[in-house]
Formats: sequence, structure tokens, C-alpha cells
Amino acid sequence: MTLELKSIKKSLGAFDLPGLDLTVNEGEYLVLVGPSGVGKTVLLEIIAGLMPPDAGRISWRGNDVTRHPPEHRGFGIMYQDYALFPHMTVIENIVYGLRAKNVSKTEARLRAEATARELDILPLLERMPPTLSGGEQQRVALARALVVTPDLLLLDEPLSAVDVRLSRRLRGELKRVQEELGTTFVHVTHDVREALMLGHRVGVMLDGRLRQIDTPAKLFREPSDREVARFLGMQNIFAAQQQEDGFCEADGVRIHVGRRENGYRHVWIRPEEIILSRDSFESSARNQFRCSVVDWDYQDVLVNLRVAVGDMTLNVLLTYASFEKLDVAPGAELHATFKSSSVHCF
Amino acid sequence: MMRSSRPSPFHLVFFLLGALMLLFVVAPLVRITLDTSTSELADAIHDSELWGSIAMTLRAAGIATLISVLFGIPLAYLLAHHRFPGRSLVLGIIDIPIMIPHSAAGLALLTVIGRYSLAQKAARPLGIEFVGEEAGIAVAMAFVSVPFLVNAAREGFESVPVRLEKVARTLGATPARVFVTISLPLAWRAIVSGMVLMWARGISEFGAVIIIAYHPMATPVLVFQRFNDYGLPYARVAAVILILVCVVGFGVLRFLSRPAQRETG
Repeated sequence: MTLELKSIKKSLGAFDLPGLDLTVNEGEYLVLVGPSGVGKTVLLEIIAGLMPPDAGRISWRGNDVTRHPPEHRGFGIMYQDYALFPHMTVIENIVYGLRAKNVSKTEARLRAEATARELDILPLLERMPPTLSGGEQQRVALARALVVTPDLLLLDEPLSAVDVRLSRRLRGELKRVQEELGTTFVHVTHDVREALMLGHRVGVMLDGRLRQIDTPAKLFREPSDREVARFLGMQNIFAAQQQEDGFCEADGVRIHVGRRENGYRHVWIRPEEIILSRDSFESSARNQFRCSVVDWDYQDVLVNLRVAVGDMTLNVLLTYASFEKLDVAPGAELHATFKSSSVHCF
Repeated sequence: MMRSSRPSPFHLVFFLLGALMLLFVVAPLVRITLDTSTSELADAIHDSELWGSIAMTLRAAGIATLISVLFGIPLAYLLAHHRFPGRSLVLGIIDIPIMIPHSAAGLALLTVIGRYSLAQKAARPLGIEFVGEEAGIAVAMAFVSVPFLVNAAREGFESVPVRLEKVARTLGATPARVFVTISLPLAWRAIVSGMVLMWARGISEFGAVIIIAYHPMATPVLVFQRFNDYGLPYARVAAVILILVCVVGFGVLRFLSRPAQRETG
């Protein structure tokens, strides 16, 4: 492990970090995701040494750095608004850290140009930051942070200030740079998709607490609780009562889930694994219910259809083709079918 | 179509009130200048007492400003950057010189820079005398005008995004380096405009100056003395020349410190 936070506490106005433990591994891309205003920026600033924690310990490669000033930690930070120095040209921005570390002018220039080439911003070197587009500013900020070869780069919502298309491209850029350099990245965002696409591990922060930290796949396979699952955007989560016979009861509906080893209190029925049909049919799937169509909306390449099974409302994801073939109207009677293995219990 | 081209009654009323406000400021200045004949002005060219006084006044106010920069900027920076207990008290204290009568300020100053004061005893070996001397005038000017500098500089520092300074720290810069390379350059325009304001306010100081030193005569004192001894026409020329010097001087300074038009690549 590289970076270790031990029961970090911080109260700041309405924000409260009641004691956070976090371990970041060398070379890892860790993304912390949580709703806006849970103090993710504060956490980054505490790690960077820009703000002292009220209590707790930060160690780096085994050394306690809690009281070290930021200039001695060697952690870079990149803010959402990029915080480029507006009175300096792009090249002056990039060499800033090298000059602060007493690297000679000529060497600083050479290293800055190498980094600029890497990030494809060579033509911008003499420009002033306010004249750059959002994407260009982001690259400059990244270059400025990376040219000093930080051990750890902290990224504060780096993609939220640009439009969707650009954000997608920059996401790829960040992933590539991190892989190539092997620098440890700690990235905070409110965007679940961004977190899942970038993070080797993703930590879910709710109410100032790190509720779960796992690989994206594991987060979806085994969310620690209902709130985490909700935050990750998982639909069809129901409080459930486990029964002896391999069934459980959720919202008055008896669902077959098979034998589960552990006690569970929630079920998650994967929306993409539910089959809708006009007529009932025989299959190996143990769960089949009569249902009626409530409404639907369009999500990217899929249609999200809501159907009522008694008191339970199920979300079902369909392709456009299936949706058209089904040709339904609100209130239409259908059958919803899913396997026991499509139900995740936790 | 909206009748957007016709001003609303609201705008007309505000325009009228605003214009009267402006007239109130401009009218006395224009009138006193127009009342002064060119021959009077021509004669004043050879008035060495007046020019000597103006030179001394500009110099004393300039020195007061430059020395205050040395102490005022650190104070302004601390006030902008730190939320410490008693901060608002300090902010209040800084503004006191603006709010108290300046003759009273002069008397108060006299108690700390008077002939037998500690400050005077400390300054004497350096050849500096306060009472009745230019150094004392500069002190009086500094006292009443330094709030303009400190407040302007503080606002300048406050307008620098904290994140710029934070990023600079993470890039390896010490707090001193951050101050010199980030905070100071970005607050510089505000500081310069505070200096100009302080200088102007120092030049025009009468109350505190006259208590510390009637002679050598600062120009506002000179104008008063001539008005008292010889009446309006004689005092008016001196007043007009001081006004012209200030208006032209500060016009030039304003022009020089206007926002730089940097290349937009």
C-alpha cells in the first residue's frame, strides 16, 4: 500500500467527515464517487496537505506525513476549474513546478515540451490560459501536474467542466496517461459512469462515509447495502423477507431466488434480464408473473419500461426492436419472466 | 415589438438624479477653473513658493505611500488569507483614520511623534525630525490615508482564487514563492490603484498636516493660509493649480495602470 488514511476527521461548516479510513495502492487508479457536497474536495485537500485534518493520520509509503506541508509531499492536484495561472503563458504554467524545485530554465523547458508533446498541446505553449478551450485547459493542467512527476495525482471532478462529448474523450486520455505513467491517481467525481469506467477500484462516499470500496464489477455484484446500490443507479431493489423454501417475499410478491447461504434483506432483480411477453410460456425460469404496463422512457439505446406486478413496480430494459415488437400501450397485460439467478440478494 | 428603444420612466428618473449627482461633483471644479484668468495662471508659473509647496506635498505623500506599502501589504495579505480571531476588529481598526476628524487625528499623532516622544527620540540619531518638518507631514498623511492602501490591497488579494495558490503549493512552491509568483502579480493592479488612492488622499490632507507642521507648508495648508490672509482670488490660483496637477497626474496613473491587453493568440 502506498497511501494510508487512518480515521481522518474534519468538520467544516455543514460538511462533516466523521472518521475515514482509506488505503490506496501503488499505481492504482482509485475513484471516489459520491453526490455533490459530501466533501470530496476537502478530502483531496487534506491528502494534499492543503488543509489539516481535525484528527487522524496520513501515511505515505509507511511514513507519517500528516504534518508535512504540501510542497514536501509531492502530491499533485488538479481541480475541476483547472486553476491555471491566468497571468502566465501555457509554458510558464507547465514549468512552474520545475522552477519551484530549482530545475534549470533550459532543462525545465525541455521537460515541459516533452510533456506537452505527450499531451498534444505543443502548439499552445505561448497562449494565455483564458484563451484556451475547456479541453485545452484540462490538458495544460494535466501537463503542469504531471511534469513534476508526482507520486500521486489527486483529481477533483476533472471532467465535469466540459461537455459530454469532450468529457468522453478526456476520460480516455486520463486512463491512457495513468496506464502509461503508472502514477497513482485518486480521482473524485459525482458521476457514477465516470467512476466505473476509470477506476480500478471505486469507493462510494455517502454522508461523509466511505460506504464501500471495490472493483466496479464487485460493486455491482455485491453492493454493500441498498443506498450504495441506489446510488450506483441499480434499479429494482426491494426490501425482502427471506423464507425457508428458497423463496422470498418483496412488496407482497413471492420470488424464487434459490437457496442462499447468507441471510439477506434486499433483492436486486436485474432489469436487463427480465423478459416480457404477451403470453405465458414454459421455461426453466422459475419466476413468471402477470403484470401490467405502467409507462416507459427512452435511455440511450434502450427503453426502460415500468410494469406493475401487484404492488411491485419492476423496471425492465428492452432494446428498441423488442419494444416495438411488443407493441404495448399503458395498461397492457403482459408476463414478466426471470430466472432465480437474475436475482441478487444482499 | 417591445418598445425597447424608448427609455422607461424609471430610467429617466434615475438618469436625471444621476446627472445631478455628477453635476454636483463637476460644477465647483469647472467653475473655480473658469473663474481663474489665464493671466493669473501665467503669473502663478513664477510663484516659487507655490511650486515648492506642491513639490514637497507630492514628495511627502509619495514617501508616505511607499513606506506604507512595506507594512501595509503584509497586513493586507494576512487579512485576506486568514480567518483569525479578532480579524474583524483589525478590519475596524484599519478604517478608524477615515472616520475620525483629521484635526483630532493630528493631535493624537502629536502625542506619539511629538518632540519628547519615544519615536522622535529613536528617529533623531537618523537625522529625522517630525514636528514642523516634512517627515512629520508624511507621517500625518500616512496616518489618514493608509486605510485606502490596505483595503485596496486586501481586496486585491481576496480576488485571487485560493485554488491557484493551493495548486502552486502542491507543485512545490513555498508560501513565500507563492506570494511572489502568484498572489502579488495577480493582486498587483489593485495594489497600484490603492497606492494611487493613498497618494491622492495624502496630497489633499489638511487637518492632520496642519497640526503637525504649519511650516513647511503643504499645498492644502498654503491654499488655506492665502485664503485667510489675502482672500479668494489669490488663494484660488493655488487651488486651481493643485487641482489641475492632481487631475492630470491621476489621469496619467489611471491610464498607465489600466488592464493590460494581452495577446489572444
